[in-house]
Amino acid sequence: MTAELPLSPEDVNEIATILDGSSYDRLDIRTSRFRLRVERSGEGWSQEWSLDEGAEVAVAAVVNVSIASVVPEGLEGVAAPLPGTFYHAPQPGAPPFVAVGDVVGPDSVIGIIETMKLMNPVHAGCTGRVSDVCVENATMVDSGAILMHIQPA
Amino acid sequence: MIRRLFIANRGEIAFRVIRTARRLGMTSILGASEADLSSWPARDADEVVCVGPSPSPQSYLSVDAVLAAAKAARADAIHPGYGFLSENAAFARAAAAAGIIFVGPEISSLEAMGDKLMARKVGIEAGLPVVPGGEAADKAQALERATATGFPVLLKAVSGGGGKGMKRVDRVEDLEASIDMAMAEAQASFGDPRIYVERFIASGRHVEVQVLGDGETAIHLGTRDCSIQRRFQKLVEEAPAPLIPADKRAAIETAAVNLARHLKYRGAGTVEFLVDAETFDFFFLEMNARIQVEHPVTEEITGVDLVEQQLLIADGHRLTLTQDMVQADGHAIEVRINAESWADDFRPSPGTATRAAWPTGAGVRVDTHMPRGGVVPPFYDSLVGKLIVRGATRDEAVARLTAALDVLNIEGISTTADLHRAIVRDPRFQAGGVDTRFFEGLAHG
Repeated sequence: MTAELPLSPEDVNEIATILDGSSYDRLDIRTSRFRLRVERSGEGWSQEWSLDEGAEVAVAAVVNVSIASVVPEGLEGVAAPLPGTFYHAPQPGAPPFVAVGDVVGPDSVIGIIETMKLMNPVHAGCTGRVSDVCVENATMVDSGAILMHIQPA
Repeated sequence: MIRRLFIANRGEIAFRVIRTARRLGMTSILGASEADLSSWPARDADEVVCVGPSPSPQSYLSVDAVLAAAKAARADAIHPGYGFLSENAAFARAAAAAGIIFVGPEISSLEAMGDKLMARKVGIEAGLPVVPGGEAADKAQALERATATGFPVLLKAVSGGGGKGMKRVDRVEDLEASIDMAMAEAQASFGDPRIYVERFIASGRHVEVQVLGDGETAIHLGTRDCSIQRRFQKLVEEAPAPLIPADKRAAIETAAVNLARHLKYRGAGTVEFLVDAETFDFFFLEMNARIQVEHPVTEEITGVDLVEQQLLIADGHRLTLTQDMVQADGHAIEVRINAESWADDFRPSPGTATRAAWPTGAGVRVDTHMPRGGVVPPFYDSLVGKLIVRGATRDEAVARLTAALDVLNIEGISTTADLHRAIVRDPRFQAGGVDTRFFEGLAHG
């Protein structure tokens, strides 16, 4: 760490103000640690920072813990509509929304995904019978991860 | 003297605190969860300590984990930011026991403001007006209260929050049934059937006052208006609160200072009021004993660095600012840019920002931790940045905000930028002084 950025927000503001009084439309600075683009954008000015890419991969690896799964032929998969923590039940200790063998319709809630402190219901999206629950309760999933298999009616 | 400051938070506020710490010559130590170890604030801090796994109960919300990290880092002080442990009296107490300064008010102030009825009681003691009403142990008492305050009334759960157990009652004949329902809901939601009765204010504005205290004296830094909210979440904030008669504004500010003095308040705090949009009668709601998300609008018009003031007071200094030294100049507006899709009923949108072009230039300030390629993890709240504009007048600030929002371009994740573009173009917003029903009347882009 200790990768102190050499430019403060006030510095960037001043750069834009100086450029605004000039005929230049863009300033592009690239160092080993960051890239900053300050450019004219319509009536105003934009700033865009990029950091070196080495460490960004590490973040992606932490977040990316989804369960990749293939939907067997003849079954429908219920995919996670957004990334987050998948829960089978509305609250700890409560019975799950659905269990293997249950009949569901397109609007049936089959679980919830907690993302950014908000609970988002997951709908079955089709009519049929639950044949398999693919993801353990309270598991972190990526968007698109298959949560359940449904035998279409 | 604070030399090593531990920051027990993440996102834009962590970045914000690091900047002031650096300017004051302090070493900044960021306590980051696993998901945030390569965030922009983590790269910018002088030192980084991991406070635990990504889910916040195991990291940012864990008193033990955060305190262990701060001790291991040999921190002199902890800045808790907002949210997480910022108003947690047990955390403040544990920090003090470990010999680490908690950058926040005394534990007694945290406790006095922690519960709604307690805050109301302290407010009354300090001589502040509160919404007429009070606790109702049973139906007879509720009826008595309602008759005294006049209809319509609002029934609220004592232990409540987030609108649960809240009922509006317009006529005396509906009271009995509504009380039954409110008590049942309060019991089911909070395990506490107690309710209280308040006069219902149809057209109310959310106005708050920034205060600073050093335990001996207290001053205010003027008003902020946060009436534009959705489900009690603030979307837009501005300073000063527009279109309030000067005598009423002065009375609100004085009330806030009276409360801070009554509490012998130390640090930065915000006293929240409900203001009747027609009569400008005002009522004390609660006090937030921490830095607020919307603090930059006050900084922009007063020139005071509120985080610096927090750190100085925490370090044992007396206030060097006097009331006369605080002069507000101009008008500032902040909009919160959240990773949420307005078009999709505010569905959260975590992911990677493939573009993050933020506005800049004269009168524009952006507090963000989101560079191009930055990641919005799914574990935390959705704030990705705050766009703050300042103008000599409110009209100038609104014009600047309109232009700045047109420049803002974030791709890869959905943001609430389009919602704010609709808000700035709404004639009610342009006129100023809207009440908390504004959002319901907003036309969908």
